[in-house]
Amino acid sequence: MLIFSVFKTLTDQEVTVELKNDLSIVGTLKSVDQFLNIKLDNIRVLDEDKHPHMIAVRNCFIRGSVVRYVQLPKAAVDTQLLEDATRRESSNAQKAAR
Amino acid sequence: MDALSNLAFTTSGALIDLVDKKVLVHLRDGRKLIGVLRSYDQYANLVTTQTLERLYHPPTNSYAQTERGVFLIRGENVVLLGEVDLDLEDPPLQRMTLQPWNQIAALLDAERTDKAKAKKLGEKVLFERSGFGEEGGEGDAY
Repeated sequence: MLIFSVFKTLTDQEVTVELKNDLSIVGTLKSVDQFLNIKLDNIRVLDEDKHPHMIAVRNCFIRGSVVRYVQLPKAAVDTQLLEDATRRESSNAQKAAR
Repeated sequence: MDALSNLAFTTSGALIDLVDKKVLVHLRDGRKLIGVLRSYDQYANLVTTQTLERLYHPPTNSYAQTERGVFLIRGENVVLLGEVDLDLEDPPLQRMTLQPWNQIAALLDAERTDKAKAKKLGEKVLFERSGFGEEGGEGDAY
């Protein structure tokens, strides 16, 4: 759930999504859901010559299960906050297990 | 919390705008389907009508297409669902030549076979020289 929350704070940021079929797409993050399916707007494919079918597509929905990486803008991620949140979540999980 | 307040961050919220629009569906096996999105669910299972399947062969700057009709696509096979911008759809196709389906299909088939052979050979060499195992035969199909 933590990563889902992080992605929610990143809406309207420009991200690069690399898929497992090596297609890389740059676009504005519009929405994300519980499966980390991603919706991008104003997309651009990095190797357009190899993927001519993508020229006519301006916004797209990417299934979370086929994503390999998402590159985020450095300025948009507060790593300190993320570390703290991760520790809090893991200690909560440990408490719940007891 | 109101059940609808978080709608923008659900699968349904993301896909509802695309219903009755012309979409391009990219499948895990590399197929590209162009059709009108009629229905979907939370797994991204999709129903498209008036579906075309298109093959692209960038090296020869050519493409082929065939009519497929109605599709029910199981969500796990979906890589990407894109809304086709009707103004931008035709120019790229006009720059390419339309070829008969069988011709492009044979070209792509041959390329796929060559690629698989090269991969197999590479894996064999890696195995014999360094003991690396095979990838499990999944390859591009992930």
